Amino acid sequence: MRSLYVWVPLLLFAFFAGLAAYMLTQPKTQFVESTMIGQPLPEFALKPAFDGLPGAAKADFGGKPKLLNIWASWCLPCIAEAPQLEALQQQGAEIIGIAIRDRPDDVANFLARHGNPYSRIGSDAISEVQLAIGSSGVPETFVIDAKGVIRYQHIGDIRADDVPKLLAELEKAR
Amino acid sequence: MIRLILASLAALLFVPQALAQDAMPPAPYAYNQLADPRLEAEASALMHTLRCLKCQSQSIADSDAPMAGDMRHQVRSRILAGESPEEIRRWLIARYGDYVSYEPEVSATTWPLFIAPLVLLLVVAAVLLRRLGRRRSDADTGDAA
Repeated sequence: MRSLYVWVPLLLFAFFAGLAAYMLTQPKTQFVESTMIGQPLPEFALKPAFDGLPGAAKADFGGKPKLLNIWASWCLPCIAEAPQLEALQQQGAEIIGIAIRDRPDDVANFLARHGNPYSRIGSDAISEVQLAIGSSGVPETFVIDAKGVIRYQHIGDIRADDVPKLLAELEKAR
Repeated sequence: MIRLILASLAALLFVPQALAQDAMPPAPYAYNQLADPRLEAEASALMHTLRCLKCQSQSIADSDAPMAGDMRHQVRSRILAGESPEEIRRWLIARYGDYVSYEPEVSATTWPLFIAPLVLLLVVAAVLLRRLGRRRSDADTGDAA
């Protein structure tokens, strides 16, 4: 019996070494998810990001579920996602944008070149609202339900196969 | 020659980042300290224990990412507005989870880390007591014999 106990430390060591080796082979998620899902949108009122559209405020949400798209004209994946936002808008989604650390000219240029699916775009020059809703990068897209509660977060650019999922989340948030 | 290689390596490293960054000036308190040294010390201590979300192995005090600058601005302006460092940490944890804080938190997933050392100490104490106790009784019987 006693001789068996001698092996316990070695087995423990092997267990932890094996666990570490296994975890090293697992892909690391780079994403920090927002823990604001299920919480109401925080209070905010942002000035227009350029001349063409009104700014964005908490009061603009509600009534029906809407998408809140966190983006920037300097963000490359945002170019990739532009056609998918357009597709979402054509299928009835209302998209309110928040442009992070952006300049009016750059916003106008980006929209002229890649299309404008937004109903409003607020300018968040110091990432204030981005931090307040727990977003950690651009682009990110949030589903805000009819009562102004954050229901879903999509991290990264929206691909073609993410569009049905977002439409379903909008439907669910009704 | 070496200098040239280093320079081109540095260029390779920095160009993609430069492309993917904005042209906006940093937030007012991103690189400016608070006027009151006591408040600045509080803010600085807090910033060293908050994770940069863009560059996840650095604190926001160590990072030059624009988002880290914006987080420093949040910390300093909230300290200036009279919030305590713990309130600001709570505010960020409510948005990003424990991950944003380098200060260990006892939570549903981390409690074993806090309990394990106590359990180990108890086991060690039990083993020691048994061994010492046995030796003493061995010695007692030895005396008697």
